[in-house]
Amino acid sequence: MTAIPKSRSLALLALPAALLIVGVYAAPMVGLGRMSFNETGPTGAMVNAFSFDIWAQMLGDDFTWELTLNSLWLSFVATTAALVLGYPLALFLFRTESRFRGLLIVLAVAPMLVSSVVRVFGWLAILGDRGFINFLLMQSGLASAPTRLVYNLTGAAIGLTESLMPYMILALLAGFGRLDRTLEEASASLGAPAWRTFTRVTLPLSLPAILLGWLLCFVLAMSAYVTPKLLGGGRVFLLATEIYDQAITTVNWPLAAALALFTLVVLTLFLGTYSALSRKVQA
Amino acid sequence: MTGVGAGPVLKVFAALVYAFLLSPVLIVIVISFSADSFIVFPPTGLSLQWYGRLFGHPALMAGLQFSLVIAVIVSVLSLALGVPAAYALAKGNFRGREALANLFLAPILLPTLVLGLALLLFFQPLRLTATIPGLVLGHLCVTLPFVVRMMTTAFATLPDEVEAAAATLGAPPWRVAQRVTLPLAMPGLLAAAALSFLLSFDETVISLFLSGPRASTLPVEMVRYVEGRTDPMIAALSVLLIAGTLVIVIAVEKLVGVTRAIGR
Repeated sequence: MTAIPKSRSLALLALPAALLIVGVYAAPMVGLGRMSFNETGPTGAMVNAFSFDIWAQMLGDDFTWELTLNSLWLSFVATTAALVLGYPLALFLFRTESRFRGLLIVLAVAPMLVSSVVRVFGWLAILGDRGFINFLLMQSGLASAPTRLVYNLTGAAIGLTESLMPYMILALLAGFGRLDRTLEEASASLGAPAWRTFTRVTLPLSLPAILLGWLLCFVLAMSAYVTPKLLGGGRVFLLATEIYDQAITTVNWPLAAALALFTLVVLTLFLGTYSALSRKVQA
Repeated sequence: MTGVGAGPVLKVFAALVYAFLLSPVLIVIVISFSADSFIVFPPTGLSLQWYGRLFGHPALMAGLQFSLVIAVIVSVLSLALGVPAAYALAKGNFRGREALANLFLAPILLPTLVLGLALLLFFQPLRLTATIPGLVLGHLCVTLPFVVRMMTTAFATLPDEVEAAAATLGAPPWRVAQRVTLPLAMPGLLAAAALSFLLSFDETVISLFLSGPRASTLPVEMVRYVEGRTDPMIAALSVLLIAGTLVIVIAVEKLVGVTRAIGR
């Protein structure tokens, strides 16, 4: 007899966890799909049915498409800004020979460990009417009245950019493994100026990392709720904020479910197009 | 100048990006000592009043207590369910193992916003919303996949020979697990417990869907507070949360380091 259980019977060990995931993930997701085919009665109460009414109503409403464009635009801006800011920092972390390299990497990803509500509060103190930026602008005489930097799209974009950056930096750092320093040295020793070495050697070599990091952060941005909601101050209308409002404030569950599934469809279509395009770019 | 190493331009740029990335957290720390009644930066005076008021705020204190209870239950259950599952995935060789691994990964791939909504619709008829069991089940959906993934890697790197040796010497399977496998996997177990605690404690979106008037986690109470008014009390609370997170991260680092040292 072997005391190590036969590997087949080991499968039983995974049973409780698998049942739990089926119970609190698979079953609710099926329920979400079913809910989107219910109807909302004239009083606003939910009616059990099987119809495409909610889908037709949602897709025929201009507001849905406005929300979709807002979400895509905000995610595009924040993700691109996170890439532009994160790339030099990731390159620095990849190249530095400082003995504090480990600590510097931890500092760059540490904001992930701090609750998003805390960081939103920090941005309110920096960007608010009586915040740090407006203090500097007024003290220096550049402005006589505070500039509105929060409770609008600007605030939401800045906060979202910051919240994406740790993920972007991690993705870039993981992808920089392919960067071969000897190629950069060769380019430099052949007399190429630094910027030319960067655009001709470093940037093309890190393209796969850039494409992957951008995609990861875009998906995160499209589903972000807390940061754009609080820094947008209820004036930034996104798919994410609308799903929550329909579920909790209006209590129109069929519409909330249809919007959530619609968001997943938009994301899936985007992922498909993006990976087809990026395969072309890299070829 | 060569294309290698971090040049001065890159260093300056990196410093600026660090300033952008870390400024919200640093400013929260400064403003927690503010004497003002609004968010004003720089503060016009310093005081500890917001720390004092924080402990007298019933909703935030109740939220803190509620979140701690949930996070402890979630970490215990995540390990109890996730560790055996990870062991099966790492050491087992059965049909459907790939499918099982994918099932455990699936919830991570789904936005928590969609998951939160699905759980709300599913739990409402079962009267599980705004209850401890409901929130625990919702959080498990997030923590269990992470624990399974972390521990699968940890078990996969354990050599089979040690367990086989213990078995050959006549130890029954449960004793092999208790005396050999689990002690060897201890660093991973501690890290997984800490991670599920932090993930549950910080979870905001799922909790927003599943919380109710008398059962709200701390992040939910914080979101409501920041939506309603803007005074430095949340900053004082934030500093305590950052300090708590640091203590957990450092403690795990020390414990895991020490355990590893003893293990060798």
